[in-house]
Amino acid sequence: MTLNQQRKLKTILTGLFAWTVALVLFFPIFWMFITSFKTELQAISVPPSLFFEPTLDNFRVVQERSDYIHHAWNSVVTSFGSTIIALIIAIPAAYSMAFFPGKRTKDILLWMLSTKMLPAVGVLVPIYIICRDYGLLDTKTALVIIFTLMNLPIIVWMLFSYFKDLPKEILEAARMDGATPWDEVVKVVLPLSVGAISSTALLSIVLCWNEAFWSLNLTASDAAPLTAMIASYSSPEGLFWAKLSAASTLACAPIVIFGWFCQKQLVQGLTFGAVK
Amino acid sequence: MSYLTITDLQKHYDSYHALRGINLTITEGEFVVFVGPSGCGKSTLLRTIAGLESSTGGNIELDGRDITEVASSKRDLAMVFQSYALYPHMTVADNLSFALRLAKVSDAEIKEKVRSVSASLQLDALLERKPKELSGGQRQRVAIGRAIVRQPKVFLFDEPLSNLDAALRVQMRLELARLHKKLGTTMIYVTHDQVEAMTLADRVVILNAGQIEQVGTPLELYRQPNSRFVAEFIGTPKMNLIPANKIVRHEDNLAIDLLGQQIIFPVNRLKGPLPKSAIVGIRPEHMTLVQEGGDLSGRIELVEHLGSEAYAHLQLSSDQTIIIKAPARTALKDGQVVNIKIDMSEVILFNENDRVISVIPEEV
Repeated sequence: MTLNQQRKLKTILTGLFAWTVALVLFFPIFWMFITSFKTELQAISVPPSLFFEPTLDNFRVVQERSDYIHHAWNSVVTSFGSTIIALIIAIPAAYSMAFFPGKRTKDILLWMLSTKMLPAVGVLVPIYIICRDYGLLDTKTALVIIFTLMNLPIIVWMLFSYFKDLPKEILEAARMDGATPWDEVVKVVLPLSVGAISSTALLSIVLCWNEAFWSLNLTASDAAPLTAMIASYSSPEGLFWAKLSAASTLACAPIVIFGWFCQKQLVQGLTFGAVK
Repeated sequence: MSYLTITDLQKHYDSYHALRGINLTITEGEFVVFVGPSGCGKSTLLRTIAGLESSTGGNIELDGRDITEVASSKRDLAMVFQSYALYPHMTVADNLSFALRLAKVSDAEIKEKVRSVSASLQLDALLERKPKELSGGQRQRVAIGRAIVRQPKVFLFDEPLSNLDAALRVQMRLELARLHKKLGTTMIYVTHDQVEAMTLADRVVILNAGQIEQVGTPLELYRQPNSRFVAEFIGTPKMNLIPANKIVRHEDNLAIDLLGQQIIFPVNRLKGPLPKSAIVGIRPEHMTLVQEGGDLSGRIELVEHLGSEAYAHLQLSSDQTIIIKAPARTALKDGQVVNIKIDMSEVILFNENDRVISVIPEEV
């Protein structure tokens, strides 16, 4: 085999591997998507039918049984709301830790991450009681607070590692030019970090959007986001696969579309931030 | 009159003592260069003056105002960084005007200042470009322009030329010298390159291990170093240092034994008591080759021809080689034994603590 052929083979093999991984990852989503257009009977038939007459019945039923727009709005408010609040807290935190590290900065970062190691269910009872006592059960406020706290460590970590790679001299130059800490963050750090902040925000939004544990435990109907809506389709009356799939497809759709659009922005943002 | 006064400045990093009591006064309009080997504290000193590092003792006074605890942004100093540190997301024009916009200068005035600075640094055509679209030399000029446009009290330069290639470095060095002449603003410049220090400075501050080793004009440092460290640091090729283990006084002269050969040194040029041993320092250009007589003789090991001059490496003994400056087209051959005459008025003696124990006579 010549060197050229070896190289070609390598390209083909990596391509093949990438496609396999991509298909394995994509398959459940694809299956959910086509199941949502089947009848309940087709959905549980063995072997599964790949060719069938698609129906929109499930979507109609889902829309009749639960108010999709209501739940979608709850998801939007909680995920965007908590992400914005988390960013407002995390940006100054990451800035100070990245540019003015103290002796305990590493420890604080580790401690923040360690809060993610505790299973959420471990604090379910105290948080439930707090929410009950403050009248926060089934409110978007409760979810926004919980989501903010839940994602804060990850957001601080991501921003911290990005800020740390910004050349320190650029901030020092700004300081010499007469910039106050506020000017430094707003006029230098933030414009240079648009890409990093958008990708962090996107991750946080996705995590909130897909969050189910707290949504299920702290909300009933008023503040229930889409994840809670999906769950209502695995009810005591039995599983309705087709309807469940339809509900899930509806729940995923906005965030997938949003991510699709942001992807372009993100790529742009990331190359824009390139310093050298 | 003193403009910038540094008094007993200290800087500790945990257990590391980076600045050990720096005392220095700089007058208005002076071009002062901090030079020293890496780790000597020159950058730390500059950054402490800038306020980018906090001092742990002593104080800094600028134009009659104590700025030791003042934030960098309020010190009215401008700094040019080694990495240029341009704002990557701003155009050249925005980079130049950033400080003015922060200071809320009027748009018309900003426009005028940016125009005049960009004209003087030949940046006019580049104003709308982003830093990444500029060459190294252009970025350097933008960084300098960004400092000039503010008309600060003092310019601080932190090894500004070390990222440029050799030819451009020489050119920018010249531009900086011209700039200083034109603006007349006080400049403090950090470098590890002694040629930059010698050519740019009104006064050179040589730092070593967090302390000032010597302060003086370039020529003072060259001719009258205080210590062996300064003598070796300044000058290319280095000053020759030859140990002398036997020194005997004969009336008005000292007979100094250099590896079995004797040189005669006038006793009135000695500071302090007669030493038992010393290190004799002679610069390569203070020795000449002679046909007969002379003070020392040795065997030529190697001749380096530089075109404008030549350097002969002369073996005095098996483990002591000295360098002598020779005429450009010298006919010296390797292995040849030659005699050399030493210009005794330029010879320096160091004691075993590497301090100077001789006096250089005043130049006539």
